[in-house]
Amino acid sequence: MLKVNGLKVNYGSIEAVKGVDFEVKENDIVTLIGANGAGKSTILKTVAGLIKPAEGKIEFMGDDITGFETSNIISRGITLVPEGRRVFPDMTVLENIKIGAYLRKDSLSNDIEWIYSLFPRLKERHWQHAGTLSGGEQQMLALARALMSRPKLLMMDEPSLGLAPIIVKGIFEIINEIQKSGVTVLLIEQNANMALNAASYAYVLETGRVMLKGSGKELLADESVREAYLGKNRNEKYVN
Amino acid sequence: MKTKNKNSDKNKYRICSAAVFILCILLLIFLEANKYKYSYITGILVRSAIYALVAVSMNLVTGFTGLFSLGQAGFMAIGAYTVGILTIPVAQRPAVYYMNGISPVIEKMYMPFWAAIIAGGIFAAFCAALIGIPVLRLKSDYLAIATLGFSEIIRAFIASPQLNKITNGSYGLKNIPSFPNLYTIFGICAVCIALIVLLINSSYGRVFKAIREDETAAQAMGINLFKYKELSFVISSFFTGIGGGLLAMFMGSIDSKTFQIALTYDILLIVVLGGIGSVTGSILGAFLITSGREWLRFFDEPLTLAGINIPLFRAGFRMVIFSILLMAVVLFYRKGIMGTNEFSWEAVFNLFKKRNSAGAGSGRSDIQDNHSDDGVKRILNDREA
Repeated sequence: MLKVNGLKVNYGSIEAVKGVDFEVKENDIVTLIGANGAGKSTILKTVAGLIKPAEGKIEFMGDDITGFETSNIISRGITLVPEGRRVFPDMTVLENIKIGAYLRKDSLSNDIEWIYSLFPRLKERHWQHAGTLSGGEQQMLALARALMSRPKLLMMDEPSLGLAPIIVKGIFEIINEIQKSGVTVLLIEQNANMALNAASYAYVLETGRVMLKGSGKELLADESVREAYLGKNRNEKYVN
Repeated sequence: MKTKNKNSDKNKYRICSAAVFILCILLLIFLEANKYKYSYITGILVRSAIYALVAVSMNLVTGFTGLFSLGQAGFMAIGAYTVGILTIPVAQRPAVYYMNGISPVIEKMYMPFWAAIIAGGIFAAFCAALIGIPVLRLKSDYLAIATLGFSEIIRAFIASPQLNKITNGSYGLKNIPSFPNLYTIFGICAVCIALIVLLINSSYGRVFKAIREDETAAQAMGINLFKYKELSFVISSFFTGIGGGLLAMFMGSIDSKTFQIALTYDILLIVVLGGIGSVTGSILGAFLITSGREWLRFFDEPLTLAGINIPLFRAGFRMVIFSILLMAVVLFYRKGIMGTNEFSWEAVFNLFKKRNSAGAGSGRSDIQDNHSDDGVKRILNDREA
């Protein structure tokens, strides 16, 4: 569905992504994991068209979308849930949900009903300013807002950021549910354990390169991943 | 039972709105009939209405789209000069341009006032569109500085000797005909403000607000930032131009000094005092500030109490008082009188209710309590249900 080949992205003279290849298959949950500065967020932003790549090719459903405008990419069915949720704090929950469907011209009422059934919490609070919601509720709203554009591919940038573990669990349950309803999910996470458990395929990034790839289960069992990301057997080898 | 109460409340609010509307109309009819007797008050109200229009259009850019633009005076100048040049009666033009002569291009160009006002708005919007292309790439303070600069450029351009035959340079324009009646001016202001409100409440308004709240997130929704910033800037300038045209008609004579930065600051003051992001706040602010300046004239006159001449009461003292009042408002109502809220009768009645039954928790704190941190458990419960 999404194919990224030899992607390089620069911030000024700094190379943030140094030639990354990965693929997302239809109706999968794919995750990119890695430490800070590995280039995960940059990759998602580049796919969404918020940053222009220096080199490489991004293909979505067979079309080359490298360097396209964000609006064009979103209307093709890719949506990004940005890092740190970024809901619109002084707009009501309902307004936030509606703005997600900004590029759609058809009726929204069915989708809003669907969103409300997925997140009953948001229905209760639809008149409230989004800034008054709790962190978990804001993450739900950010997800709801993204779903309103009826994405084929939903990209999420650290959905677990700053949330209590129990809420993170809830969010991942919702992600599974979304995937079951036919949406492909590309997820980046520092919370490797959660992400690898949910993902059918995963890539490990380190300083702008793909170091490892494999199914979520494989990587969970991989010794080096366990050492680096899952906090098992942290020894001298890693420190050096 | 509850819904019944709600309906009766709604009816009550509707009756209140209708009553205020009728009162305004009656006041207008009364003032129109006694124009000459109450020319002072009428003048203040007309100026307030014009400032309200300009403040609301500034609020569209600053309050609703989050672009801190200080170009109001420049766009008002464009509107005002367009209206002036197009509506001064042809017979009187040689007298107006007696120093430098008049350019043959505009000598016979005449329009009725309503067409001239619209032309002024369109011309201001056109200039805004051109200025917007480079300037709207800037953010926050830098945008303010750039628009302020352009506003001064427009003013200097109008006053330049090269344009003597069109704008009459530094001599300004006079003999600009006034409005046929009060209904016209208040009508135009009301219609323009209503149009802006409709825009704000449309899906466009939602996009503007999204840009104000978070540009990156808005972009991630597929919103073309530049297109909507430019749209908001141009529409705001259109209505600012109309406001400038109305001001020219109200004042009768204008020159480039009328549109100095001080005018922009006046409007900014109204917007900030009324509440950035509140249309009713801007309208309220416009009337309060414009009339407040006049009512405080009382402090400008010498005051003798029981044979003692009270010091400080002399010309200029009212501005001191005015400044102190402003500081007090800014200190105690940090977000302006209305904040980002709009006027509603419900709020007014609640205010009285609160006064009458002190101690009863206000609605707002209840909301805060409801979503405190036990949300964690509730979210999970919701998920399981």
